[in-house]
Amino acid sequence: MASQQEFSATVMVRLKNGVLDPQGKAIEGALDSLGFEGVKQVQQGKTFHVALEASSKKNAQEIVEAMCEKLLANTVIEDYTVEVG
Amino acid sequence: MKTTIIQFPGSNRDRDMIAAITKIGGHAPFMAWHTDTSLPDSDLLIIPGGFSHGDYLRAGAIAARAPVMDAVRKAAKKGIRILGVCNGFQTLTESGLLPGALMRNAGLTFVCKEVRLEITNADNPFTSKYAQGEIIRCPVAHHDGNYFADAKTLKRVEGNGQVAFRYAEGTNPNGSINDIAGIFNEAGNVLGMMPHPENLIEPAHGGTDGRRLFEGALNMLESEMA
Repeated sequence: MASQQEFSATVMVRLKNGVLDPQGKAIEGALDSLGFEGVKQVQQGKTFHVALEASSKKNAQEIVEAMCEKLLANTVIEDYTVEVG
Repeated sequence: MKTTIIQFPGSNRDRDMIAAITKIGGHAPFMAWHTDTSLPDSDLLIIPGGFSHGDYLRAGAIAARAPVMDAVRKAAKKGIRILGVCNGFQTLTESGLLPGALMRNAGLTFVCKEVRLEITNADNPFTSKYAQGEIIRCPVAHHDGNYFADAKTLKRVEGNGQVAFRYAEGTNPNGSINDIAGIFNEAGNVLGMMPHPENLIEPAHGGTDGRRLFEGALNMLESEMA
């Protein structure tokens, strides 16, 4: 069995396109009222940093994607990306 | 009829639900804890409102992955009636037992008020004591009650008659798509709803419109009803 290595993964979860994001809209409005011009869209999401042991970078990617499918994201309304460093 | 109420850390409408079942059904329900891997023999399971696990991650997300939910899934498959109210509804959608998702209220604020509900589908034991199209009063208290489903899912839910309740015209408190306040699963034995029928069951509550939901769920005869 391959020896385990340590990896750190960054997961970004955000609402799918087409799903109304009232929090993003409220932040957009606040930025506008602060005088930031030209803001086209703000989406609010979540970031997770996961430190884990896995047999390879690919294995770490697979494990963290499984975490997203099972818990970290609600795929009915959210998309996710995983980057393993 | 035997009822079991499932408690999670952060459930806070569990006692309201115990009171409702005891008063309406005539005897106290069994209680189950989120770590239980089996449930007492029951005809009705209830997941009450509250803030299970502090609403961390997403409302109901962590509760939906609790050990007890495997037993709930098995019961759902067997056709046992399951009712999820408020956080219980969120838990049922997160667990995949009901379609769609409950998002942050469109107005971004916690809403605690009374709404009007239309009985959209009375052809189900849960709603059988109401008349089709009847408008009832019911309280709501939530921050994440904005029901969402993608177009394909919504078409299926509407087409199958899975919408149990809609917020009556002008009372949608949270931006829910198609004014949906409560839905059944496809088989009709699982009901999730944001409003709190357990909080309107006796005159001291200011009304009794919520009572018939429990009378239906408990298969009560007209002669047994208050």
